[in-house]
Amino acid sequence: MSQINVMPEAALVVPPEAPHEKLVHGNHDFHDVTELVSEVTERKPELAWKISLVLAASVLGGFGAAVLYLVWAGIGIWGLQQPVGWAWDITNFVFWVGIGHAGTLISAILFLFRQKWRTSINRFAEAMTLFAVACALLFPGIHVGRLWMAYYLAPLPNQMGMWPNFRSPLLWDVFAVGTYGTVSLLFWYVGLIPDIATLRDRAKTKLRAMAYGLLSLGWRGSMRHWINYERSYLILAGISTPLVLSVHTIVSFDFATSVIPGWHTTIFPPYFVAGAIFSGFAMVVTLMVLARQLYGMKDLVTLDHLEKMNKIILLTGTLVGYAYGMEFFIAWYSGNEYERYAFINRAFGPYAWAYWTMITCNVLSPQFFWFRRFRRSIPVMFALSIVVNIGMWFERFVIIVTSLHRDFLPSSWGYFMPTIWDIAMFIGSFGLFFTLFLLFIRFLPMIAISEVKGVMPQASPHHGHDTGHGQGAPLAAAEAR
Amino acid sequence: MAKLKLLVAEFDTPAEIVAAAGKLQSAGYRDYDAHTPFPVHGLDKAMKIKDSRLGWIVLAHGVAGATLGLGMQWWMNGVDYQMLIGGKPYFAYQAFVPVTFALTILLSAFGAVFGMLFLNGLPRWSHPLLAHPGFRRHTDDKFYLSVESVDPKFDATKTRALLEEIGGKRVALLEAP
Repeated sequence: MSQINVMPEAALVVPPEAPHEKLVHGNHDFHDVTELVSEVTERKPELAWKISLVLAASVLGGFGAAVLYLVWAGIGIWGLQQPVGWAWDITNFVFWVGIGHAGTLISAILFLFRQKWRTSINRFAEAMTLFAVACALLFPGIHVGRLWMAYYLAPLPNQMGMWPNFRSPLLWDVFAVGTYGTVSLLFWYVGLIPDIATLRDRAKTKLRAMAYGLLSLGWRGSMRHWINYERSYLILAGISTPLVLSVHTIVSFDFATSVIPGWHTTIFPPYFVAGAIFSGFAMVVTLMVLARQLYGMKDLVTLDHLEKMNKIILLTGTLVGYAYGMEFFIAWYSGNEYERYAFINRAFGPYAWAYWTMITCNVLSPQFFWFRRFRRSIPVMFALSIVVNIGMWFERFVIIVTSLHRDFLPSSWGYFMPTIWDIAMFIGSFGLFFTLFLLFIRFLPMIAISEVKGVMPQASPHHGHDTGHGQGAPLAAAEAR
Repeated sequence: MAKLKLLVAEFDTPAEIVAAAGKLQSAGYRDYDAHTPFPVHGLDKAMKIKDSRLGWIVLAHGVAGATLGLGMQWWMNGVDYQMLIGGKPYFAYQAFVPVTFALTILLSAFGAVFGMLFLNGLPRWSHPLLAHPGFRRHTDDKFYLSVESVDPKFDATKTRALLEEIGGKRVALLEAP
């Protein structure tokens, strides 16, 4: 029985200049892509990474302590008081769920639109989505106060013979966000299988070979498997597209189906979805700028990729600005005095500072991206992406708190002030987010290796000769075209 | 049962493997496979692989999810535990749309992922190919054809000659341990 010999270095096939836009810069072959991405998980962790992990894990520890105290003492430790019975807890939930929209949007909708540039950023964005959804799910979990009662949310048979009320938007939320988290995890994992197999095949230690071997499920790159795999990916993209649009729609129902002026608005679903995409893309830009810098991914995640992200930020930010304006118009046009008052109070009342922070961050700041120079400037986009997420947090705060703090009767007016515990839990959730993110960067391929290879010019069987014959399966053809 | 044997040949480019797979197919081989780092455009045509049946599995799951979602809400709120809220009907199908939708998507996604694994016979952690150190670059930058000994046309000498003739490099015979 003969063995395959130890293989020599791959012959470098230098591609001639591709006629279409180049998604991968520099003269890289397939092996370079494998090397660039896998190497990050194989080398010794950098000092910066270790310090970041210690910091993030400490913040997470603080978060855990705060949650323990919350469970011990009850939600009275927050600044909640009549009439504001819902404030930072739900603001944080909507904030994180919104951020968690970018990943699946990039993976699913851009996939269906054949936007090949997504291959460099989708893995990263999907991971971010999962971690943001994990942070989001914590807040409704802990804001019930009595955590051991959280099973009331699920339709479980119980000793009281009771079932949950399916006509409540809060229960829709449980199902929508739960489904979204699960489907995003599956989508992410399916995308990871071939890349984990790459790490398995490069493993130098027994532990890595075992761990990645188990996770890759015995993937052997079979073409007969790829057919089903690509179909699975296409179907997941297809069903995730309405899902990702539905999640923030249903989150907005929490407010829109109520009768509170300022919440009871039909524009909420599209407005929330646009805001979610806006904040999610901003978070992807924040993290991507850092990661490509630290890990030398500039040829895979190019300025062109970031510029496209910034265009979407400009678009969705402007959509959100339109929604802010339209809310005011409808408040005036409705002729309803409570509705009018809610909006005048929102912009000029005691929370005017929050309202104008929101307008500045969300509507004015993205307008810089009309200029190509700013869209392609790393410092500008990094700063703006953070500003956008500050603005989006304020948007949820403004919607939630300003609508509640002045009830219908002036005798029940109030002003919400956060306590140290509100602040601790908000900051603490970043600890969870960054801990998970840092672990992901070190242990899993942060860029979709097999997908990036598939969009390189060398991936086409017609590469190098101009025959133009033959059409493959529609999916493979469209991917490689 | 005889041990599974595999003849494996290596190729350098997508064009080479598409051409070689076509030749293997026309030579009458059926129990063979290609192993590539990414799905190669045109290879499925060359190998005459049938369209995936996964869509049907997903459809069945989706229908089950919708039925389960709506049926659950009908039973729980419409029949078994009726709550009168704001004068709304017990079986308020409009209000039951979001949960029905979510469960349809959830079960479809299970169908798409687990159905794909089922059709592919995965997970399968033990395979002669995986044990072979030379095969490792199938997830990196090389392309492989493997012919299984269960193929009626399999012949250790002739098949090897054919693989070499169609451009395969480092042809090797692997045996299941």
